[in-house]
This record gives sequence, structure tokens and C-alpha cells, in this order.
Amino acid sequence: MAELGRAALVVTLGLSVYALVAGAFAAHLGRRRLALSAQNALLAAFATTLIASAVLVSALLRNDFSFVYVARTTSQALPTAYTISAFWGGQEGSLLLWLLVLTGFAAAAVRLNRGWARDLIVWVVPVFAAVSVFFAFVLVAVASPFATQAAPLDGAGMTPSLQNPYMLAHPVFLYLGYVGLTVPFAFAMGALLSGRTDERWLVATRRWTLVAWAALGFGQLLGSKWAYEEVGWGGYYAWDPVENAALMPWLVATAFLHSVMIQEKRGMLRIWNVLLVLLAFSLSLFGTFLTRSGVVNSIHSFTQSSIGPWFLAFIGVVVTVSLALVFWRLPKLRSPTKLESVVSREAAFLYNNLLLLALCLTIFWGVVYPLLSEALRGEAVVLGREYYDFFLRIFGLPLLLLMGIGPLIAWRRASLRSLLTTFRWPTGVALVAGVALLALGAGSSIPGLIAYTFAAFVITTILLEFGRGTRARKALGATSWPGAFSSLIARNRRRYGGYVVHAAIVLLAIGVAGSSAFDTVAEAKLERGQSMEVGDYRLEYRALDERIAANATEIRAELAVSRGDRDLGTLEAGKNAYTIEDQVSNEVGIRSDPLTGEDLFVIAEQIDPDGTVYFRVFVKPLVNLIWIAGLVFLLGSLITLWPDAREQRRLVERTRELGVPATR
Amino acid sequence: MTLALALAALLAVACVVAVALPFLREPEPISDALDELDPGERRRLELVEARDRALAALKELEFDHRTGTVSDEDYRAFVGPLRREAASALQELERERAGEIEMEGRPTGERTS
Repeated sequence: MAELGRAALVVTLGLSVYALVAGAFAAHLGRRRLALSAQNALLAAFATTLIASAVLVSALLRNDFSFVYVARTTSQALPTAYTISAFWGGQEGSLLLWLLVLTGFAAAAVRLNRGWARDLIVWVVPVFAAVSVFFAFVLVAVASPFATQAAPLDGAGMTPSLQNPYMLAHPVFLYLGYVGLTVPFAFAMGALLSGRTDERWLVATRRWTLVAWAALGFGQLLGSKWAYEEVGWGGYYAWDPVENAALMPWLVATAFLHSVMIQEKRGMLRIWNVLLVLLAFSLSLFGTFLTRSGVVNSIHSFTQSSIGPWFLAFIGVVVTVSLALVFWRLPKLRSPTKLESVVSREAAFLYNNLLLLALCLTIFWGVVYPLLSEALRGEAVVLGREYYDFFLRIFGLPLLLLMGIGPLIAWRRASLRSLLTTFRWPTGVALVAGVALLALGAGSSIPGLIAYTFAAFVITTILLEFGRGTRARKALGATSWPGAFSSLIARNRRRYGGYVVHAAIVLLAIGVAGSSAFDTVAEAKLERGQSMEVGDYRLEYRALDERIAANATEIRAELAVSRGDRDLGTLEAGKNAYTIEDQVSNEVGIRSDPLTGEDLFVIAEQIDPDGTVYFRVFVKPLVNLIWIAGLVFLLGSLITLWPDAREQRRLVERTRELGVPATR
Repeated sequence: MTLALALAALLAVACVVAVALPFLREPEPISDALDELDPGERRRLELVEARDRALAALKELEFDHRTGTVSDEDYRAFVGPLRREAASALQELERERAGEIEMEGRPTGERTS
């Protein structure tokens, strides 16, 4: 069936080219039927990509090793769930997933908005189509997942570290995020091309941006959990270029979600918002390029990569054409209003934007510096953890503080008296928390202490906002306190959902500060019966077991864990030897304390033939708050994303008022 | 292989039909021009957006004042200009609408497109 897959991709490419050319002509010449035809081509492109994807999934499930892709990424022994995940585990499959999500999002965005923003949509279609042409072309001509061969008896298998439940979801969420950023980009470019720079492109893309941003954020947390449990080096984020590739567009999308509020409320920052959308999309392409081209390992692998030059050329075209469009439409993008005061909510959002952008650009520099240094000096100079940690503190801590300041300042400007009243409680709580933590010994890490103090400040502002808001709703006629609380959220989901997301970021900050600034580590080489101590814990090495699993041999060291006189049970750490893949993976042992959020983290670094094991053990305070933050983040995102009937009615009313039938 | 090629050919034909559908449905349409907002509608859209922005800001200001996030002093300073902004957008919108009705009422009046 490889022929069907290949043909489906060729048809997708043809449909995308048609949607681009016919869509552009239709928009330029004002031809209604041609515009509808281009839209249909985009919808059909989704259907054909779906067929191509179904062919690949079917080949994976049938272990059809006549497909080169299937033979390279799976084996007979691979469990079914991981066999399916091989769809996005290799380069060609992941590019197909990109195209599938892209055409799916494009079809949905066009269908949902063509009723009320028809004059804008006609220009959005060719932009979507242009991106689709690129990915379809790469899949047809450069990296086809449907290349065939004489089928070998078995496949090469999957990299052991990818055989983890988190890897089933992590790449999918990242791709939903990367590709989701195409939607605001396409609408922004459509608005510039058509000259319709009113608010409709923002309204049309608000939820899409939130979906992409939430998926990217949640996907990164899943990736961190995977790194923590599977990679087995004792951490969850290594500032690896591939990790940074997802963080950069997320930071820019975060900036956009804040600055777009300034445009909606005050009509300001129109140029800035378009530039942020362009940057977020370009960084999502850059992220895919980094992940898939192999350029991050060595600049020489770039020259060997088949897709790298195509991606770089496409990013270059996207940035050049988009910037030219922005310059062309500058007169239409000028804001009618100006910043009235540097002490206002819009100013706080602006500072937030500058800090997010500064953090993003320093990370970008950290990612490209090794490539540039290798290109210019022949030696890759990697900027290490210290570089990133330094800038995370410099920009991240003020960002944390701003999360508490922004929501409590009024729009336009705030008087000194108002500031003193508003910030009395949060400042008081933060100071008390800071002094108490200092007394408890948290002064061993100044950045950690500052992070905790700022976290106390932000949490107080969030609680105050919810408390005061609920009281106001009750006074306005809500029958009960729970009713007032739910009405508060329902009437302004973006604001209060946003506060829940802020709470998630605070939990994340506390978890990161606790586990990195206040962790303890110990190492020891133990024979059976010997023990070691780390923090309050005592670990006794009891036994070494070897067992055969479905596709690996598992070796586990058993440790008895106690704290003081209390027996805390046993813990296993060891290694898996994968026969087909001919690789060995670290399998760490983790004991989580649900009350304190602390982890005891054990790595069996080296297992000698005589049964002696070299252990490295970490005690990571509060690390579980990071994973709880992921769930809170998801909850906050869902609140902001939940359909708002009032907003829908407002949009319908607006269309009616204009005297323009919604679907004329 | 033959089956796969037959399916591929079928797929291509289905896509051509989908793309040609607007022309097959309306071979000779009365008008093939795109529905676009005329300059009057665009102006009204801008005014409606300005009005809604001012009204939303007023609503948020009222609520923030009630919760105590905005002090009495700041509330008094902002509420007037915001009301004036909303009123100005409303008045201009009314003028635009009146002008539009007048244009439509004239026997020789034509909508720009």
C-alpha cells in the first residue's frame, strides 16, 4: 500500500499548490467561486493527508518491514503502543504528523470562521496553503515515509529511551503546539495582505493561540517528566537545544497572550503583536528544524541532513516576506492610543513582554552559538548550564514578581495611594515568608530565597483577586458563596483562568527552586549488605535481581529505605539491556513523599559483575510540585479555553449591527 | 499494487470534483464577486470595536472598583473619559447609520462594493 501513501501525498501537494495559487488569485481579483474552490482544496488536503497517515499507521501495526521507515523505527517485539508512537518517532513520520495537524487545523479554522470573517478568510487560505506546500513537498521529494525495500526479517527497533509512556503523548502535544502557532500566523498575514487590520483576526485566533500555547506548555512538562524518569541523570531539564526549541516559541506565545490584551483593551501594540505572531511561528519552524535536521549535534551533520537546508530556506522566506508585509502595512497598524503611565497594567504587561523576549533571545543565542562558533572557528563552543541558569534568574525572577504586580494595577495609570492600598497585603505576606524562610535556613541559596518570597507575593495577589471578586459577585446578587465563585470565573474566564495558570507557574517556580537550589546528593559504591546515608535517609543495598521482560533484560538492585527509626519500604534501581536495539538504559528508582512533595531519587550508575553497585542518590525537595503545576496549568488553560456563550452572542450582535448577514 | 493504484486514481478524481464543486454548483452565477465589506461597513466596524472596547473597559473598571483593586480616586479619574469615549463612538455610529439609511432611501443611491 506504499503506492497509495505516496499518491495521497502527491495529491496533497497538488491540492496545496492549487489552494495557494487559486486562493491568491481569488483574493486579488475578488472571485467568489475560485475562493470557495481554494477553500475546498485545503479541506481535501486534510482528507488526503489523513489517508497517507492511515497507510503509515497500518504498515506499522502490520510490522510491514518492506517500508524502510517501519523497519528503521520498530521491531516484532516492540509493544503495540510504542509501535503506534513510531509514527512520530522518526523524521519522516513526524513531518507527516506536522502536515496532518496543519491541514486539520487549517480546515477547521477556515470552516469555523468563513461565516463571519469571509473577506479575511479568502486571504488566510493561501497563507495556510503556502505552509502546507512546503511540508507536502518535503514529504514527497526529500523525506518520504513511503520508501520501500526488500523486507528484512525484523526491524531495527526503537531507541530504548523512547519506550516510555510519556513519549506516547509528549511529541504529539509539542506538535499540536508548534503547528497550532500556524493559525495566528496565517490570520495575521491574511489581515496584512487584505488590509483588514481590525480586531477580527485577533478574535478568530484567540482560542487557537491558547490551544497551541497550552499544548506546547503541557507537552514540555510531559517531556520533563520523561527526562526525569527515563533519561536517569537526576534532573528534568538540561537546557538541551531540542528542549529549548520548544521553550522559545512558548515564551513568545506567552508574551503575545499578554500583549494581545493591551490591543483588545486599549488598541495599542498592533505592530508588536503581529511581530510576536511572526516570531512565534518562525521559532516553531526553527524548533522543528533543530529537532529534525540533526544540526544540534554537530554542524557537519547539517551538511549530511536532507531536510535542513530546505527548512532554513523556508524560514528565511517566511521571515523576509512577513517582515515586508508588516512594513507595507505600517500605516494601518499604527495605534490610535499611547501609553499613559509607566505605572499601569498595560505597562506591567509590556515589561513582562520585554523580559519574556529577552529570555527567549538569550536562549536562542545559547542554541545557535555552538553552530556559529563551529562554522567560524571550526570548534563548537557549547554554552553550559551556568549561562542559562544565570539568565533564568536575571529575567525569570522579575517575571515572577510581575505576575503578582500586573493584575493588581489599574489600566491606564494607578495613583500612589491606590498602589499602597492594593499591595499592602501581598507585600506583608511576602516579607513575613522571606524572613521565616531565612530563619529556617533557606538563605543557603539567595535566588531560591528570592523565588520563594516572590512566590508568596504572587500567591497572595491571586488569592486576594479571587476573594475580592467572589465577595463582589455575592454583593451583586449571587445566592451563595460557591455560586458567586463560579459566576466570577464564568463571567471572565480569561482573567480568572489566567490566574490559575499563574498559580501553576508559581508552583513550578517553587518546585524548580526547591529541587535545584536546595537538593542533596551522595554517591557510594556498595556491596550487598552495605548502606549509605543521604539527607535524613538511610539506604541499605540488599539484593541484585535479573529478569527477562518482553524486549529487554532487566537488572535491578533492591534497596531498603529508612528515615530515622521509620522503615519506608524498598526501592529498585538498575538497568535494562535491549537485545534488538543493542543498547542499555538507566532505570532509576524514585520514592515520592506525597505530604512534602520530596523525592528520593536513586541511580545505579555502574553494576559490576561481582554484584557491587555504584549508586548516586539525590534528595529533591518539592520536586513533585512541578508535576502538580502541570495539572494546574491544564486546569487554568481549560478554564480560559472553555467556550464563552456571552462572547459568541457579542460577536453575533456585532455582525448584526453592521447590517452584514453572518453568511451572506 | 493494482488496488493501491486504483484507490489512488479514485482519490485524485474525488479531489478534482471537490475542488470543482463551486463551479459545478453555479455554472452561471448572477454575481461572482467576493462578499467584501464596503468602506461604510468597514468604518462602522471600527466604531463598533471602539465602542465595545470602551464599554468593556467601563465594565471592568466598575468591577475592579467594587473589588477594591481600583481606588475611589482612580475610579473618578477614569470613569469620565471612558464614558465619553463610549458615548463618542456611539454618537458617531448613529451618524454613520443615519447616513447609510439616507443613502439607501435615495432613488439613485447605490451601495459601494
